[in-house]
Amino acid sequence: MSDADLYKGYKGRALEVLQHFQTPVWCDATFVTETGRYTGIVLPRSETADPVHIVIKLRSGYNIGILADRVTGVEIYGRKEAHYKIPEKDFPYDPVRPKVKLLGTGGTIASRLDYRTGAVIPAFSPGELYGSVPELADICNLETEKLFGVFSENMGPEQYIATAKAIGREIQNGVQGVVIGHGTDTMHHTAAILSFMVQNSPVPIVMVGSQRSSDRPSSDAALNLMHSVKTAAESDIAEVMVCMFGPTSDTYGLLHRGTRVRKMHSSYRSTFRTIGDIPIAMVSREKITPLRQDYKRRRKDREVVINTAFEEKVAIVYYYPNMKPDMIDSLIDNGYKGIIIAGTGLGHVNKPLYPALKRAQDKKIAVYMTVQTLWGYVQMYVYDTGRDMMELGVVPAANLLPEVGYVKLCWALGQTTDLDEVKKIMLTPVAGEITEREPSNGYLIFQGGIPEVEEFISKYRK
Amino acid sequence: MAYDFVFKPFADMTPEDYAAVGFKSGLEIHQQLLTEKKLFCRCPAGHYSRAYHAEILRHMRPTLSELGEYDGTALMEFKTKKEIIYRINRETVCTYEMDDTPPFMIDEQALDIALSIAMLYECVMVDELHIARKQYLDGSIPTGFQRTTIVGVDGHIPYKDRTIQIIQLGLEEDACREVSDIGHRRIYRTDRLGMPLIETVTGPDMRTPREVAEVCQILRRLVRSTGRVRTGLGAGREDVNVSVTGGTRIEIKGVPRIPRIPLLTYNEAMRQWNLLRLREELTRRGITAETFKAGAEEIVKWVRRTNYQPLQAALAGGMTAYGVVLRGFRGLLNWQTQIDTYFHQEISDRVRVVACLTLLPNIVHSDSLGQGLAAGEWPSVKKALGAGDNDAVVVVWGSEDDAKLAAQEIIIRAKEASIGVPSETRQALCDGTNGFERILPGPDRMYPDTDLPPKTIAADRLAWLQASLPASIFQREAWYREIGVPKDLVEQLSMSPFAPLFETAVRERGLDPKLAAVILVHLPKRWKRKGIKLESGTAEAAAILDQVFEAIQGRRLFKEGVPEILEAALTSGRPVDVFLPNPEPGETPAPDEARIAGLLTGPRWQDDRRRKRRAMGLLMDVWRGRIDAAAASRDMDEALGKVRP
Repeated sequence: MSDADLYKGYKGRALEVLQHFQTPVWCDATFVTETGRYTGIVLPRSETADPVHIVIKLRSGYNIGILADRVTGVEIYGRKEAHYKIPEKDFPYDPVRPKVKLLGTGGTIASRLDYRTGAVIPAFSPGELYGSVPELADICNLETEKLFGVFSENMGPEQYIATAKAIGREIQNGVQGVVIGHGTDTMHHTAAILSFMVQNSPVPIVMVGSQRSSDRPSSDAALNLMHSVKTAAESDIAEVMVCMFGPTSDTYGLLHRGTRVRKMHSSYRSTFRTIGDIPIAMVSREKITPLRQDYKRRRKDREVVINTAFEEKVAIVYYYPNMKPDMIDSLIDNGYKGIIIAGTGLGHVNKPLYPALKRAQDKKIAVYMTVQTLWGYVQMYVYDTGRDMMELGVVPAANLLPEVGYVKLCWALGQTTDLDEVKKIMLTPVAGEITEREPSNGYLIFQGGIPEVEEFISKYRK
Repeated sequence: MAYDFVFKPFADMTPEDYAAVGFKSGLEIHQQLLTEKKLFCRCPAGHYSRAYHAEILRHMRPTLSELGEYDGTALMEFKTKKEIIYRINRETVCTYEMDDTPPFMIDEQALDIALSIAMLYECVMVDELHIARKQYLDGSIPTGFQRTTIVGVDGHIPYKDRTIQIIQLGLEEDACREVSDIGHRRIYRTDRLGMPLIETVTGPDMRTPREVAEVCQILRRLVRSTGRVRTGLGAGREDVNVSVTGGTRIEIKGVPRIPRIPLLTYNEAMRQWNLLRLREELTRRGITAETFKAGAEEIVKWVRRTNYQPLQAALAGGMTAYGVVLRGFRGLLNWQTQIDTYFHQEISDRVRVVACLTLLPNIVHSDSLGQGLAAGEWPSVKKALGAGDNDAVVVVWGSEDDAKLAAQEIIIRAKEASIGVPSETRQALCDGTNGFERILPGPDRMYPDTDLPPKTIAADRLAWLQASLPASIFQREAWYREIGVPKDLVEQLSMSPFAPLFETAVRERGLDPKLAAVILVHLPKRWKRKGIKLESGTAEAAAILDQVFEAIQGRRLFKEGVPEILEAALTSGRPVDVFLPNPEPGETPAPDEARIAGLLTGPRWQDDRRRKRRAMGLLMDVWRGRIDAAAASRDMDEALGKVRP
């Protein structure tokens, strides 16, 4: 065994001391120092941690770090290596239950400890899932396939395309529904692109993740997984959806349309919200309750259309006051073919940007305007500045969310370079990404502190 | 070994008796720290309220430990399938406590206090802190784990002629308070959640129940002597670990008061001993873990017409009933475990906790005489279960799921009797006995906290804390005795928040130790009785007390005047100087010879003794506290010789 394995993660002074006393990781030992003795098992060290401490697990189960320089002697008793493994059990098969496919992309839905970084890494197999969430077997016959193991911020075109193709394949194979395990940070980007790449799906396609990793007793992973598998197996909603907690309580999940959903809190369980509209349905362990009727229904056929076109040279520009035109210029100079601007208010940027926008127009770059307020429509006629910009070729993109606009422009430019064609694709809703109207309950951000809101919160579990 | 020793009544047990059963006990003492903020978020510390503005519902699921194993308690708690409700008050709880926001960095004030106390225990200090997650699946912490870290290991305190080991000192966040736990729903109040707390774990070094209480008292005094921990109801709580030879370490939680400890530990020792005697009896009957036999059946048909009210009500409410036959157990359900407590209680406790059958009584058994089912009902139940004369039968009722789980649990607990004392966490009850709370968690419930990086404790931080450390109460008390502090004041003084002031008063102002001790121990008690409140706490009082000591040092104030002037200064908020005679430069505040002579030449007195006493009285009425009474008395003796009435 190499020293890198023997002294996992240790470097610098700590590595020297462990090597000097021939005490590799997993040794059960007493470290002697001038002030006293510490007894426990030597643990691997996180690579990002400093090079001067040795970590041991005390008999009581606690971990502590000892300054390597203080160690004057080591007494070794034996060795106890940890094998972190979720108990695997064969997922039971029941011929009457629907077949659901879980495609894994990574994220915290199923995870285990990573000694290298000290963080959690994804773990995933039907057996492991059954071992930790046995309730799934009451809902369906589950098959899983690990497409890749990446954190959601590392998802990109390669993964989008592979996922879309895998979904198409599974639908052809006759599954009753598809669940996609995904990290939550960019889940809404993936939900949007899959809404465009996978069209006319006859079955539900449900994206799911967790805000608290499954190595925590209070994790939302198990319940999210149950909700999403139930939706895939039983619901008649044949769309790409995001299935995550409705409230922070363990009560129900919401099914959000893949093109209108967004992560809205860095850490809350109920972080996903439908923007400018209402979710499709509520889901609990007992039932699925539609909140609207205008969704695409489940069908018996298998006629799904997979269109994985994707142009990578597209950017989002989040406008801020005093932005300099060189921000746009640099995109032009770097060969970008499309730009989504997240403008202020109804969709504005400052005048100094105009020459740069003119350059973009001349270079046949597709420029679309969305709003950084997230809620509401772009309306560029209200003020002259908006009209000026339209003259410069900036196309208002109605109530397309900036991230949704981004992936849609990637998708449109992947299909054609003709800007009129692109415009047609961009402004024709495919999967509810642009809506004709915003219902009056499509914008409800309750303000805490107001008596009636507090009354509501006191009555209904958050 | 043979378990032939029979427990005597509590009052008759001797240390030799406890030695005979191999009594061993250790403590885990929890003490809240006096900080401004909570440990891992910036919520205010120590603001308690029953009022709540919202509720959150959660469930807990077991997860793997760092070493890849499930913890026994975790699995048990999962079996219970509880719905946990948290009541939250927006003033005291933020999104961190509700597990919707990752932790903030550890509170440095709390860390300093914990490090200081570890030093008082003379612990081996930890160089790098690792925050761990200690799993609690009962829901008492919404994350399902307590964030906790060890700051020192292997310390010790002196006790009698030996030392008590301090295994470790942990710094951790406090948990919720339970409001209720009925059926499958448990409700918690979250106001205490996240408060910084230290956990002191001693070795199993105590040999009698009395020793446990004494050591507990010493440890409590030790931490309080820092003046940096919270006091009052619930601020300090202790768990007691007890074992006897052949038994196992049992943790008793929630001991409310130290004087309760002796009876509680006695009962636990007796319980373990009697369970071991029960095993002996089972072995004698040929029942071992291998030969143990039991069975369970649904028995509604046989008890449908029962007059036993709890069962009747359950069946009327659509519940079901199960009968459990324990082969060869006849009579053993009434085997005594604790004072007025019998083996069937162990079974009932398990059923209550694991199967959530919280409405008591929750079982009835064939060893109970004249209670429960009618005599005529037992034969049919027994027949249905195929129970013979040597068997015992337990009947349990509830919803299908709960009753079935309960029946399984009854079998599990009965089988454990043939093995020994099951490892459990038990709950202190007010009658001095204890009841089952959950399976004792092991090291498998520990998991590194991946949300927070390790934290280096720099050597200079430790050095600075060491330098500002108050002398330990043991050192203080030795010194107090040496300099003649009255015996009854020694312990109180060493724990007093004014102990540092005593040291400056004696060492720097040269005050009489006895006088300083009396002032510092008795007067604060007197204020408390009189309801004098200290606006800004002990710091303000210490400043005023120091002014008093300065006045005594300068011979401007004498002991008789201290209480009055001190109270005047405290209640008015004005400095002590204002209340002292303000002599002109050069003038002595003491009465002169002429005045003393004048007092002595008053009315006729029978003798000098009475003459002096009366004169002293008149003198002190005017000069109390502003003159040295002893010196005045000497002056008077001198004057008596010269002055004739």
